[in-house]
Amino acid sequence: MSLRNLVHSALCLAVSLVGLALIYLGLDAEFIGWIQILVYVGAVSILIVFAILLTRGTEAPAGRITFAPWSGLIIAGAVFATLAWTVIKSKALTEITGNPSLDVSFVVKNIGGKLVAEYVLPLQVMGLLLTAALIGAVIIALHERKGLK
Amino acid sequence: MFESIQYWDPAAQFVLFSALKILVVFGVTMGFVSLAVVAERRVSAWIQDRVGPNRVGIPFTNIRFLGLGQMLADGLKFLLKEDFTPNYVRTVYFWLAPAITMIPAFLTLAVIPFGSTLGNSSNRMVIADLNVGILYTFGIVSLGVYGIVLAGYAANSKYPFLGGIRSSAQMISYEIAMGLSVIPIFLLVGSLNLGDVVGYQSGGLHTWLVWKQPLAFFIFLIAAFAETNRLPFDMPESETELVGGYHTEYSSMKFALFFLGEYANMIASCSMMVTLFFGGWTPPWGASAATTLWAGLGHVAWFLAKMIAMMLLFIWVRWMLPRFRYDQLMDLGWRRFIPMALFNILVTAFVVALWQR
Repeated sequence: MSLRNLVHSALCLAVSLVGLALIYLGLDAEFIGWIQILVYVGAVSILIVFAILLTRGTEAPAGRITFAPWSGLIIAGAVFATLAWTVIKSKALTEITGNPSLDVSFVVKNIGGKLVAEYVLPLQVMGLLLTAALIGAVIIALHERKGLK
Repeated sequence: MFESIQYWDPAAQFVLFSALKILVVFGVTMGFVSLAVVAERRVSAWIQDRVGPNRVGIPFTNIRFLGLGQMLADGLKFLLKEDFTPNYVRTVYFWLAPAITMIPAFLTLAVIPFGSTLGNSSNRMVIADLNVGILYTFGIVSLGVYGIVLAGYAANSKYPFLGGIRSSAQMISYEIAMGLSVIPIFLLVGSLNLGDVVGYQSGGLHTWLVWKQPLAFFIFLIAAFAETNRLPFDMPESETELVGGYHTEYSSMKFALFFLGEYANMIASCSMMVTLFFGGWTPPWGASAATTLWAGLGHVAWFLAKMIAMMLLFIWVRWMLPRFRYDQLMDLGWRRFIPMALFNILVTAFVVALWQR
């Protein structure tokens, strides 16, 4: 985090997520590209900006804000390496590159069909996880309100 | 001269026609935006039993022509006013915010099919015929929030800040309701392409989706009021408590960009509603793609007529209803509309599943 102001950092995050979406669009992945803009840029980043504006002062703090700037770099590198390794090792990659005649038209209908037919269990698990997180957030918020009264 | 175009290669033709469509759509939209401002003033005057601006006509003549010269006068006024930047603002964001408010409104118009063809069936009257049209629209609309948040943050003073915070919360909340409300439409149509949505409704008045999905239309309409920050949901700029909200510190053309952005957003969401619920460019007796130039222009005219009717509804509602309180607004969004939209999705999914059996 080289920028001192949290709001600037959050907005930079939004810009980099737009860049990622543009890469998806450049690769002809319309669906994932627009979902990226809709979810990450339009909802997640705006919520981050919103939360920062609501909770902290909008001025940059005076003193040091990070105490181990290099650790962030190391963590980022590790995450990237893990993701890259998974992508390179994944079965889909070898299937597509080893088989040029494969139909890779990622139409929305196909994605939806796959999600609710073939991959229904991961989808349900994800839904359960998100519901649990949602309930947890609500409980935390309720608890705080009780504390205030 | 024009005959030689058909011998060009298809890519060059595509570029030429796309550029033409973009120019025409942009020009027409800008014209409609300024017309909408005058219409707003005239309609509000009728509703409040006043006369409204009816004097300004063509300059240096006595021709008044319903006071439509007011459009030019308003535009010129905005351009000539002093463009004042207060000392304490965050300058970069202060300049960026009006542009970020204005641009998404125009970008959404790119996927809306505003006509069938102009005689030649290969050249459809839509700028970008995306397969994920609706996702594109919602993605772009969600970017519009940034303009208002940035404006509130950039002004570096309390009222704009409160306005920005309010509006970001409001717009995010109602985006969810809006997004959920259109899902039943696509369950029925079976495609995210807006051209297919219009095609589904091309059988005439009785095939319009507003009859099959009245609840979806209702939620979408209310959410559109909230998304465009208009009464009864114009909390972000409620002048009685926030002195104008996020655009308090703006003047001249920067303020005009916010102002025009609001109307451009109105045009975008009205076009969206016409496309999704009122058959798009198809006349009430139904139609297939036009085969002659005049039929094609007629379809465009039908689209514009429906859009103008929706705009008048927006303006009418603004001057008839009082402003909601902020907690009521949030309550309505989260505890009424989102469950209603989910219920609608469930019922529609069941009906579609039974139908296909």
